[in-house]
Amino acid sequence: MAEKQSSLGGHFRENGMLLALVAIVALFSLLVSMQGKPMFLQAPNITNIFLQNGHVIILALGMLLIIVSGHIDLSVGSVAAFTGAVAAWLTVKQGLPVWAVIPLTLLVGGLIGAAQGYWVAYWRIPSFIVTLAGMLVFRGATLWLLGGQNIGPFPKEFQAMSSGFIPDLTGVMKPHGLTLIIAALAIAIVIWIGLRARKRDAEFGITPEPGGLFWGRTLVIAAAMAFVGWQLASFRGLPNVLVVLTVLIVLYAFFTENTVQGRRIYAVGGNEKAAKLSGINTERLVFACFVNMGVLAALAGMMVTARLNSATPKAGTGFELDAIAAVFIGGASMTGGSGKIIGVVIGALIMGVMNMGMSILGVGIDYQQMIKGLVLLAAVIFDVYNKNK
Amino acid sequence: MTTLLEMREITKVFPGVKALDRVSLTVEAGEIHAICGENGAGKSTLMKVLSGVYPHGTYEGEIVYDGQPLHNRGIRDSEHKGIIIIHQELALIPLLSIAENLFLGNEVASKGVISWPMAFKKTEDLLRQVGLNEPPGAVVGKLGVGKQQLIEIAKALSKNVRLLILDEPTAALQEADADRLLDLMLDLKARGVTQIIISHKLNEISRVADRITVIRDGTSVSTLTKDEISEDRIIKDMVGRDMAHRYPERESHPGEMLFEVENWSCWHPEQAGRQMIKGVSLNVRKGEIVGIAGLMGTGRTELAMSIFGRSYGKGHQGTVKMHGKPVDVSTVTKAIEAGISYVTEDRKALGLILEEPILRNISLANLVGIAKNSILDKRREAQVAETYRKQLAIRTPGVQQKVVNLSGGNQQKVVLSKWLFTDPELLILDEPTRGIDVGAKFEIYTIMKDLADQGRGVLMISSEMPELLGMCDRIYVMNEGRIVGELTRDEASQEKIMALIVKDNGKTTGKVA
Repeated sequence: MAEKQSSLGGHFRENGMLLALVAIVALFSLLVSMQGKPMFLQAPNITNIFLQNGHVIILALGMLLIIVSGHIDLSVGSVAAFTGAVAAWLTVKQGLPVWAVIPLTLLVGGLIGAAQGYWVAYWRIPSFIVTLAGMLVFRGATLWLLGGQNIGPFPKEFQAMSSGFIPDLTGVMKPHGLTLIIAALAIAIVIWIGLRARKRDAEFGITPEPGGLFWGRTLVIAAAMAFVGWQLASFRGLPNVLVVLTVLIVLYAFFTENTVQGRRIYAVGGNEKAAKLSGINTERLVFACFVNMGVLAALAGMMVTARLNSATPKAGTGFELDAIAAVFIGGASMTGGSGKIIGVVIGALIMGVMNMGMSILGVGIDYQQMIKGLVLLAAVIFDVYNKNK
Repeated sequence: MTTLLEMREITKVFPGVKALDRVSLTVEAGEIHAICGENGAGKSTLMKVLSGVYPHGTYEGEIVYDGQPLHNRGIRDSEHKGIIIIHQELALIPLLSIAENLFLGNEVASKGVISWPMAFKKTEDLLRQVGLNEPPGAVVGKLGVGKQQLIEIAKALSKNVRLLILDEPTAALQEADADRLLDLMLDLKARGVTQIIISHKLNEISRVADRITVIRDGTSVSTLTKDEISEDRIIKDMVGRDMAHRYPERESHPGEMLFEVENWSCWHPEQAGRQMIKGVSLNVRKGEIVGIAGLMGTGRTELAMSIFGRSYGKGHQGTVKMHGKPVDVSTVTKAIEAGISYVTEDRKALGLILEEPILRNISLANLVGIAKNSILDKRREAQVAETYRKQLAIRTPGVQQKVVNLSGGNQQKVVLSKWLFTDPELLILDEPTRGIDVGAKFEIYTIMKDLADQGRGVLMISSEMPELLGMCDRIYVMNEGRIVGELTRDEASQEKIMALIVKDNGKTTGKVA
């Protein structure tokens, strides 16, 4: 009895998230067309959702691991700004080539993550304090490195990271052939993974969700992917950002659900003492989560810097809050131990779609913030309500 | 004698479960009435109905209290009438003082301003009544559980208690503290406070209770008077069958030497210079069940945890050998690799991830065992869990069930499964049957027997002497961080164990003096 409930409850959460995303997209489509503006779901907008929110998704991937392990990282916005500044300094002031700048910047990010993770993991200083300090330190360091000025512009190769598109190897060009092929493949893979998981659920004795629900959802996802694929292909093709994002999302989803170390992070967040007495090196895992967060913050920092084509002292302000909001909208537990990559991605997309939709509608930044705040609160209340029911 | 409380045919239904099915309970004024039953039998639900946690209207049946029908709308209502419940988990705020805790929600104040001198004076008076010699300003968190329990009772007294309900009051107490508490109960009885005690510990019940009501599967089975009280009778009523043998029959065939600890010492992790374990040596043979007896707080858990990957203490000294060869047990991983497992005393806080499903808890200590190249094989994980579910008879709809939903006995089986999956040669079981009902205890004993029959060694720490005597081939007696004696199955008795402890205590006092 309870088994059935918990299983359905789990599916319910994810389906609910997806439904919310679809509803939000539909709402904005309606509102935008009512204002007589061009269609909301047109190719440039779709491309822009990914270009403008890529960094949030990337940060949220790392933030999920941090939050699952029972911690928080408030410094990611400042670290992104600082690493963006480092990349600019290396490229523009030192004249290093892109292939050297990217790994060096990621290394700086990793070291920053290590510096913070060390105190959290091995000295047991609350992550809130350590990363609050980091937030101030690296904001200051950004100002110092940039001397209060913007650094830019960047060479074309560096900008390609955020604003480039994949080349069309098929030579069709209009529509973008390779994009269509990739989209078709992706749809096939999504359906295959869904079917496989379903089969496995049945084998493990988990009550599978009703067939209608499964196929309904899969159809919606496949249709959405086909639509997005076609729109992208008829515009400029698949953005590089989306390629990077997809690879990272798949990688992190696999890591969290199917690897020994991924599983252990959930155990640490679920009950650290039990994990420790089960032979898990909890300190090292927490440390690793922070190093990972630093590297991803550096990647996000570079992407934002490349998109703006300059490193600015104010870059990355509020990124930490976007990432944390995405994780919680995505259904992670506030006390650690649970949360899924796919939920986080949907959470980040909900935030992204709302940002763009409200901008197109001309909603002022004042109302935008209020609305986003209320959406975050509503998502968490929804979770708590479901849990207590 | 007059009847203070009569609960008639109480039925309480939760979605899908009938927790109480026409349970009746009569409590006479001035008596101590015990309620016994297995975990999940409905004892706590019945008390929640009585104390107003489940208000009038959410259950069927009738409660007559002090000659009047009782229609509680909430806990406050019942507290007004002098019905006060002290829950198993104490409801004190650790960072506040005794006085602050005592009058929390009931402050000694006029117009919202607290009069501390008055509150302190009243506190002192109440503390005297429960025999607790602590200043009213002492911070509650720094006192032991036993003293906190007394503060809870003082709090009840401050509310003019007439019917005091104690839900497993001694579960977390050391023997001396438990004794003191039971004395206090008798003292309160003499002063006219009627009491209901829920307890698993049958010896305590027979000591203080005037009558006993046994509850089984949501129905009241019987009410026994003092003369009819006997452990065997109560057990029979609780489980619904005769338990002539509370322990499985076993013939022991100790094999070759498996596990040896030599001269093991360690120090307190925070208090410098306080030696917790003082040169302990012990051994376990293959197929042997060895017990460690002793009072609580004598270092048994500390000994086990310090051996198991230095999970306790610092400055460890001494040797641990498996099969006669020294092994490295400096980390939990190394201890597991050496073939040692440690089943903790506190399974909820230290053994399980409550919000995770059974199968993920079982695989936790040996994820490598279900992985290839660090990638988990979830099919294998489910198979492993399923195997243990059958083997240990874990009662659950499926291995995907969260462990938080399981009863204590089934949770303990999940913890055991987790460690069995690491394929240990030696299992250290710390209070393996604490908080588990009689039926499940027998199952845990049977599992221990099977483990020994498979040739594994079992080292069992327990505060319940009967179970040590019933299960062990040999018993070490520990006191003040030292092994003070070793008894074989044939020589061991409760008296001898106690005698060793008392004699040792005499020695230490002698030294000090």
